Amino acid sequence: MKILVPVKRVVDYNVQVRVRADQQGVETTGVKMSMNPFDEIAVEEAVRLKEKGVATEIVVLSIGPAQAQDTLRTALAMGADRAVLITAEPNPEPLAVAKLIKAVAEKEGPSIIILGKQAIDDDMNATSQSLAALLDWPQGTFASKVEVKGEEVEVTREIDGGLETVALKLPAIISTDLRLNEPRYAALPNIMKARKKPLETLTPADLSVDVTPRLETLKVAEPAKRQGGKKVGSVAELVEKLKTEARVI
Amino acid sequence: MTALVFIEHENGAIRQPSRSAIAALAKLGDVHVLLAGTDLSAAATAAASIAGVAKVLTAEDAVLADNLAEPLAALLTALAGDYSHVAAAATAAGKNALPRAAALLDAQVISDIVGVEGADTFIRPIYAGNALATVKSKDPVRVLTVRAAAFPPAEPTGGSASTEAAPAAALDAAKAAAAKSRHVSYEIHKSERPELSAARVVVSGGRGMAASENFKLLEPIADKLGAAIGASRAAVDSGFVPNDRQVGQTGTIVAPELYIAIGISGAIQHLAGMKDSKVIVAINKDEEAPIFQVADYGLVADLFKAVPELDAELAKA
Ligand SMILES: Cc1cc2nc3c(=O)[nH]c(=O)nc-3n(C[C@H](O)[C@H](O)[C@H](O)COP(=O)(O)OP(=O)(O)OC[C@H]3O[C@@H](n4cnc5c(N)ncnc54)[C@H](O)[C@@H]3O)c2cc1C
Repeated sequence: MKILVPVKRVVDYNVQVRVRADQQGVETTGVKMSMNPFDEIAVEEAVRLKEKGVATEIVVLSIGPAQAQDTLRTALAMGADRAVLITAEPNPEPLAVAKLIKAVAEKEGPSIIILGKQAIDDDMNATSQSLAALLDWPQGTFASKVEVKGEEVEVTREIDGGLETVALKLPAIISTDLRLNEPRYAALPNIMKARKKPLETLTPADLSVDVTPRLETLKVAEPAKRQGGKKVGSVAELVEKLKTEARVI
Repeated sequence: MTALVFIEHENGAIRQPSRSAIAALAKLGDVHVLLAGTDLSAAATAAASIAGVAKVLTAEDAVLADNLAEPLAALLTALAGDYSHVAAAATAAGKNALPRAAALLDAQVISDIVGVEGADTFIRPIYAGNALATVKSKDPVRVLTVRAAAFPPAEPTGGSASTEAAPAAALDAAKAAAAKSRHVSYEIHKSERPELSAARVVVSGGRGMAASENFKLLEPIADKLGAAIGASRAAVDSGFVPNDRQVGQTGTIVAPELYIAIGISGAIQHLAGMKDSKVIVAINKDEEAPIFQVADYGLVADLFKAVPELDAELAKA
């Protein structure tokens, strides 16, 4: 069984992002970039399925600037076998990304595609569901547990109020939530080995996919700042203030 | 211009996040709502009396009972032709099905909107809420999910909508799409407390709570304040509380009247889920903790001393 794992290069989760002065985006020059944390979880899950003997090959795919190669190398170092880079700048929207992944999936024929539930830059939470729609495959989003059982995969999902388990006929789409696993750090020898693993580069035109954006960003603004920082000296003072000043209790 | 809003029901009532989605779309024009599942009559009555709802569509079939994305997205797609907007609250069900429906309609979904600027223009947070993007859609049908915390819910009464069954063709589309997935089981974490996303007060614990049993310390306080109990990711990952308690960028977004963060450092991913609360209280023993920068009332203290004191002080009232 082949598994396809799309991964995105994003601003690292530890970076405090700043809105650009021209209000057209956020500052990305000189900012640390990393693999989207949910995608690391996706790669880890695929590698575990391979270690269990369920999967035989893991192909990772990234769509973005040429530097997304680094993200793919990280995934290869974690245990993926092969990488595909589709160069596209700026990053296409989730629908266009889903169309590109679909084109690759049609060539590769994976049984499972595992994606992160959301990219922490645009926070759109849309690619896996859009891809599932375009392929007409079932989807198990926000997964905290994945079990392949014959022709089906059982996915336990994080939902409002608890957990839900669904059974999906393969081939299927899975999107990862935080509790699915704890991704490994690639060991140095694996990082060296990853440099020699195959990486193919394509463009959206090679796949005949139109990536014209559907959304026009009119403005990117900073949210209103909170005036926090006041301290109270005791619990009694806190309760008093909540009653008489804030009037919330 | 008419919007179709998928709404969720529970025990014959309409969930509050769905009423917020109705309120958001009502800014643009008429709102029709879609109820899906089985035993819909009580929910349909409740939906018809929500202020601002012009029509209730019911799609009654067992394949729709568990909000599986495949039949639900097919149903929404089959109905979309009559509407300028298709929307739902950004709940687990909404986030699951709406992007799927959008792709079936060849539209780019606009997730988690916090502002409505016009029929095609919406505001949504990006980068964990550190920036707000105003985006204009070029798609003929706009498919949206709505951040419930950003829109006061439509009143549960005051409306008098008509109710009708969704066309048979739409139900057939849903049934045809249901062959590849099946609901197996739920593990719902029962609670007598208000729902996290709808509570007037939220009391959240973080890694500083140190153990699952210490969350019991928060219960008498939550009881006295009528609060929901939330948590940071670290508290969930450590197994102190179940997953559905997580407040933050990638958990539940809350904006209660009062948010009390106890033993939570205030990482950006946590702040993303609570910084629009009206009043924020932080109790933390580290006076440098970033949570204090957003707190209206910060108390530098050991929580194991401060929490019982807080309970005693509230009992006096
Ligand atoms: C992709 C991604 C998504 C994420 N999504 C979320 C999310 O949705 N929600 C979320 O919360 N986090 C999220 N995180 C995690 C986030 O980055 C932080 O790691 C997390 O919020 C930290 O939780 P915490 O504040 O409880 O723990 P810590 O940061 O460890 O803070 C514990 C705090 O407790 C205080 N403390 C300890 N003992 C006591 C005591 N006895 N009395 C008083 N104070 C005490 C300490 O001073 C400290 O400030 C995400 C991270 C990633 C990478």
